[in-house]
Amino acid sequence: MGLTRQSTGRSAVREIFNVDDAGNELVIALAGNPNTGKSTVFNALTGLRQHTGNWPGKTVLRAEGSFMHGGRRYNLIDLPGTYSLHAASSEEEVARDFLCFANPDATVVVADGTCLERNLNLALQVMEITGKVILCVNLIDEARRKKMHINIRKLSSTLGVPVISTAARSGEGLPELMDAISDVALGRVTPKPVLVRYPEQVEAAIARLEPRVREITGGHINSRWVALRLIDGDAKLVQAIRQYYNGRESKITQAGMEVLA
Amino acid sequence: MNAGMPLDRLRNGCCALVTELAAEGPARRRLLDLGLVPGTKVEVIRRSPLGDPIAFNIRGAVIAFRKEEAGQVLVVQVS
Repeated sequence: MGLTRQSTGRSAVREIFNVDDAGNELVIALAGNPNTGKSTVFNALTGLRQHTGNWPGKTVLRAEGSFMHGGRRYNLIDLPGTYSLHAASSEEEVARDFLCFANPDATVVVADGTCLERNLNLALQVMEITGKVILCVNLIDEARRKKMHINIRKLSSTLGVPVISTAARSGEGLPELMDAISDVALGRVTPKPVLVRYPEQVEAAIARLEPRVREITGGHINSRWVALRLIDGDAKLVQAIRQYYNGRESKITQAGMEVLA
Repeated sequence: MNAGMPLDRLRNGCCALVTELAAEGPARRRLLDLGLVPGTKVEVIRRSPLGDPIAFNIRGAVIAFRKEEAGQVLVVQVS
């Protein structure tokens, strides 16, 4: 008995992640580099409504909680802090798998306002997987102290996603953050993340692979992103797809081989 | 053009610019993800007593590398 096309909808996949998805509640993922104050943001939003455990089958810690906003409950999952989503470590694998397969209603990428540049690496990678991204520029009080000025509006228009500045430890910016999360999760705001354009050769290969990938994954996973990972030779992703989509993986590698030949 | 010396040979307190990476595959990607693209400034902060690992300041963050990993990053000293 394999997973049918219908049952590979969000609920079924989220069950694998042990996500509390009772009655189709909203699930929000929190991503970011280590040491960005991500936990502070998480704690500030969820207060005492949180618990820690493990990701299924892994030793990586996981914090889950929720907050109320506008009469609705938002389930918040704190993904492990990572510098990238290339699945070089268990943490990265966990973060990548969740974003890719569990399809959160919105993803907040928490960045350190005092060294934004390095944090944008992960932000751009997340934006390549999902369009429902909000960039939270945290530690804005630290940045102010260091006389750093960040043009939030310009950042937002350049990246194509909502950007909210916060100082989570004092609560600054949190109401605006919740508003932004709500807007994206409920579809009131549709971010249009800027696409990273690769050299012509790569873009041509993506164009050939994408339709085939979409056919196989049924549009559940970002096909451009999967195509990129195939071109990258990411064997772990193919394995992961097999795990969650039961048997379609061989078709994807087939498509990959044909295009790259 | 000078390809540069391995980063693990840079002394404490010195700064250098990345010229190229000797690593390939996942190791290379990890170095790139941590910000070590060509042209990046790196500062050696300190070494642990046995000389391994070494702490660097890369683009505003302190990151520790094993001597072997650092050796795959080629740099040109600037100060």
